[in-house]
Amino acid sequence: MAAPTSAVDLSAALITAPVPIGHWLAVLPVVHCIALGAVLLMLRAYPRLQAGLAIAGLAGLVLIDAALLAKVAAEGPLTMVMGRWLPPFGIAFTVDLLGALLAFTSALAALAGGIYALADIGESGRRYGFFPLLMLLMAGVSGAFLTGDVFNLYVWFEVLLISSFGLIILGSEREQIDGALKYAVLNLIATTLFLIGVGILYAAFGTLNMADIAARAGDLRGTAPLMTLASLFLLAFAMKAAAFPVNFWLPATYHTPRIVVSALFAGLLTKVGIYALIRVMVMLLPVEGKELSLVIALAAAATIIVGALGALAENDIRRLFGYIVISGIGNMLAGVALGGPGGDLVGGIGGIGGAVFYALHSMVLMTALYLAAGEIARRGGGFALSDLGGLYRQSGGFTALSLVLFLAACGLPPFSGFWPKVILVKAALDLGAGWLAAAILAGGFLTTIAFGRLFLLAYWRPAPVVRTPSKAGWRTGLPLAALTALVIGFGILPERLLALSQSAAAGLADPQAYLHSVFPGGVQ
Amino acid sequence: MEPLLSILVGLFFAAAIYLLLSKFTIRIMLGIAILGNSVNLLLFTSGRLTREVPPIIPAGLDSLPAGAANPLPQALILTAIVISFSFLAFLLVLTYRAYQDLGTDDTSQMRAAEPDDRPLPPLGY
Repeated sequence: MAAPTSAVDLSAALITAPVPIGHWLAVLPVVHCIALGAVLLMLRAYPRLQAGLAIAGLAGLVLIDAALLAKVAAEGPLTMVMGRWLPPFGIAFTVDLLGALLAFTSALAALAGGIYALADIGESGRRYGFFPLLMLLMAGVSGAFLTGDVFNLYVWFEVLLISSFGLIILGSEREQIDGALKYAVLNLIATTLFLIGVGILYAAFGTLNMADIAARAGDLRGTAPLMTLASLFLLAFAMKAAAFPVNFWLPATYHTPRIVVSALFAGLLTKVGIYALIRVMVMLLPVEGKELSLVIALAAAATIIVGALGALAENDIRRLFGYIVISGIGNMLAGVALGGPGGDLVGGIGGIGGAVFYALHSMVLMTALYLAAGEIARRGGGFALSDLGGLYRQSGGFTALSLVLFLAACGLPPFSGFWPKVILVKAALDLGAGWLAAAILAGGFLTTIAFGRLFLLAYWRPAPVVRTPSKAGWRTGLPLAALTALVIGFGILPERLLALSQSAAAGLADPQAYLHSVFPGGVQ
Repeated sequence: MEPLLSILVGLFFAAAIYLLLSKFTIRIMLGIAILGNSVNLLLFTSGRLTREVPPIIPAGLDSLPAGAANPLPQALILTAIVISFSFLAFLLVLTYRAYQDLGTDDTSQMRAAEPDDRPLPPLGY
């Protein structure tokens, strides 16, 4: 008896041709980070070798992400599918311009943090696994930015979360344990909320591939509980990103770990939440995203104002910067709420483009600000505003550098914070949301007061005690100077970045190129 | 089957949220454990539910027979179980360590990172 012939044409579901070499770039950042993290873990008995290898690896990550960005910018979205199963069955890594831009910028921030860590993380911290955890964190961050599958996104969230737990308790001080507990519980609940959303998403769509979901959302609208889904995702990602009113875990924890850990967290982690929010609200469920835009806008305005007011009330500069992170998240949320192109400023770049630009600027700036906080503590002997003083007299160069970062954080020209704020305010005014524009501007004003007072007290005020700071090395100076150079560069020559943010936003609003990259033969 | 499991998932969520709202860390941990399991059940229910037909392709065929269980939710749950289990293990250790270091399991007294008597920033120059 002959075996019955197959009713299924397996060649339609399986990849038969070998994957082109260039497509491996889509997963290379993640593979690179995990492999290097494993090697570094084995080298824990050799702290110097481990540190050198980690810096080389992070530099390699920057190069890989740069190549990926160049490829995506030139050729459009790039898809690599795992396990020879074609999408939607195989897990797809789909890199579009948004993911590539964020991955590249996060790699830059991580490299700067890694170099700073050479001075900040001592031998015991290295033995506790700072560098392996950092590589694992970058694997999670890169994976989240590059994946094209919603469940896979959840997995990368967990990867970066567990490595961030390890980093946050490095040092095992009382404050760290207390902060870590709050951070861990609340972030775990947020990711679990996300997983609930994933479960309902699977029940409604029968697929978890982002391109597939984006293609099918239109047909299912009206029968599936898409609004419930969108609200769940909004709550989960807002909690991740520390948006009002679910932001209180951030100022409770970000000032407790080692300064370089704070810098990396402030630069990278909240932006992953914003990225996921943009991906879901703009690309996967655009209609629901629009309907929720008033809620997002209200949360955004509240986040901006609460963050700025919190910054005004703080004495510890690390906590002050934590509130600045929150205020920045509000600006990005405002961009998400404002949505697509509006107005003709710089070629019709709308709220989403502004949010993308703000996220890129914020990654660099927040990392730099926390690194500067470390430098302030080294020069001034602490983090308390009430005790600091005389930094200007001590070093003019560092004062100038700090001033650049402060002005960028306030959104004043000619530095990087200026352009996204202009775009957001313009987009808000074009849509007739004057109150949102007013909130953004008021947030900038209050932030300026907070930073003005910081500058006045810590830099201009004569020092209560004259201190001679311990010797600085290139290890702290180089990353700070490099990040500040980026902040200045973004501000003075924004055209290229504006164009990239704009095409990233356009790719989200009209994901045809994304869909085509995943399903070259069209969606079944 | 689906309605029954849905009600069970709802009960689990209710219990988890009740425990998460407690101010004692050990109860919060129990809440997290239940929350993780309720999400796993939710994932399981969101695939279709069938009885006793494992997703194995019989010899000679190359597709699943009709009525077989959906293998994908099982793979998802397996991943989610591993993750939530490892997180719970980490959190339990962290909680115990916090109890040792801070001397309390009452979150309203865990103020080491944010003491109540934090000074205001200088109000004058």
